[in-house]
Amino acid sequence: MKIKVQDLIIFGLIRLATYFVVFIIAYILLDIIVNGIGAINWEFLTTFPRKGGSEGGIFPAIVGTLYLVLLTIAIALPLGMASAIYLNEYAKQTRFTHIVRLAIITLAGVPSIVFGLFGLGIFVIFLKFGTSILSGSLTLACMILPTIIVSSEEALKSVPMQFREASYALGATKWQTIRKNVLPYAIPGMLTGSILGIGRAAGETAPILFTAAAFFFPRLPGSVFDQVMALPYHLYVLATQHPGMDEVRPIQYGTALVLISLVLGINIIAIFLRSYFIRKYKW
Amino acid sequence: MSVMWKEKSIKIFFTGAATTSIVVVGLIFLFLGKEAAPFLFSENIVKLFGTEWVPVSFEKEQFGMLPLITGSFLVTFLAILFAVPFGVLSAVYLSEIANKTEQEMLKPLIELLAGIPSVVIGFFGIIALSPILKNTFGLESGLNALNGAILLALMATPTIITISDDAIRSVPSSYKQASIALGGSKLQTIWRVVVPDALSGIIAAVMLGIGRVIGETMTVLMVTGNAAIITASPFDSVRTMTATIAAEMGEVAFGSDHYRVLFCVGIILLLITFGLNMIAQKVLRRRSV
Repeated sequence: MKIKVQDLIIFGLIRLATYFVVFIIAYILLDIIVNGIGAINWEFLTTFPRKGGSEGGIFPAIVGTLYLVLLTIAIALPLGMASAIYLNEYAKQTRFTHIVRLAIITLAGVPSIVFGLFGLGIFVIFLKFGTSILSGSLTLACMILPTIIVSSEEALKSVPMQFREASYALGATKWQTIRKNVLPYAIPGMLTGSILGIGRAAGETAPILFTAAAFFFPRLPGSVFDQVMALPYHLYVLATQHPGMDEVRPIQYGTALVLISLVLGINIIAIFLRSYFIRKYKW
Repeated sequence: MSVMWKEKSIKIFFTGAATTSIVVVGLIFLFLGKEAAPFLFSENIVKLFGTEWVPVSFEKEQFGMLPLITGSFLVTFLAILFAVPFGVLSAVYLSEIANKTEQEMLKPLIELLAGIPSVVIGFFGIIALSPILKNTFGLESGLNALNGAILLALMATPTIITISDDAIRSVPSSYKQASIALGGSKLQTIWRVVVPDALSGIIAAVMLGIGRVIGETMTVLMVTGNAAIITASPFDSVRTMTATIAAEMGEVAFGSDHYRVLFCVGIILLLITFGLNMIAQKVLRRRSV
């Protein structure tokens, strides 16, 4: 009986540790929601900043982040999905496949600031794209490529082998099989998994510091070669470099709330879609 | 015949796409090396081993990386010290103790934590955690190594939980049944059977957590105070390798020594995370065999 009481106490402590972590997450989110909600109104979301960000809105930063994310998707999604199709449908256990997998793992572990240096070296300077949306998106695309590949491969794996065998038995070629019998069932999973990578791209600051971001740009970017304002960079500057850091607190909170809503909104959509598709396709 | 050609070219297309990852990794090493090389392969390289980091100076610039490396290590060490107990215990709780409803509620919340942008965590550190630390410990400023370590611990926790949780779940239930059949209590089963069997996975989780912490940039840049000093005190302000690159690269002259040294710092970071990653994969692979 004595052991039982001891067990219960220890289980209680383990539970406490878990709930402590959860409590801190909830605290951070609530703090930003409660303090940020007051700053958010139509003007804040739709006007340009004035007086070095002390007044006005964050419209160009929202648009800038959306531009960066859209171009990043356009670059990384096709490449990532095609890589996953190769790995799951075509690849055999060869040396080449092994190296590809090693490269993906390596890429997933590269610190975001190193991606920033890389983007500066290759896109901004060597390819002469300058500090621009294009340089920033290419850098972000390299960063989220592993996430997209890994989650797309998971989705392809979950399509049962019999789907492919049935198609081959009817005389279909490999590509016909992939296109008609594998992709239609895998694409929802591939997309939702990829959304998680996209959420990460929207919130990252370090890779765009020297490749794309400007604290203030007087108009919306006109082409992919323009610099761009971005929500995470805007928050960083407001919170650390702004001369009146304490006076602009509401604007900082408002920016943080918009950023967090955008990123977590993207992630929550992905999590919901994932559970929806898991229920829809049961084999 | 044309069908065969079509099939062949499609296969080549997908193979090409898969090559992208290799090419990007190669280019990262190549371009970091290219920008760092003129400094790295000159007699100036000895400057990197100095103990002072004064990159901008009218008299003599100092590029000693020791303060940056010790800064990164101090913050990382403290962060892991906090994150490992909480991460591993939470993983044990989620996989072995919690009931289904608890699991379904807690897991998405922890996944959510992994999604909070680092700049927002840093912002939280400035406005909320910094005053708490300042008042609790009677410090002049709450922006120090401890602040960074607490926030980084928070950011490493989801990584540690998710991977440890996978490892614990993959322990065969026959092991647990055998332990219980021999009269082991639930706690004994967890402590003597489940955790030891999952240990390699937990170690890999910790290594990947370290990799995440040492490479994290925005949070430490915002909350650690950024003084390049060699210290072991959590209450001192420190400057990490990542924060140095982020703070200084925007203001250096292209092609200057300072510019090249920042790329050297990047190479060191890349090598550290690459090494941690490879060891973690080795540990994980041995497990799955």
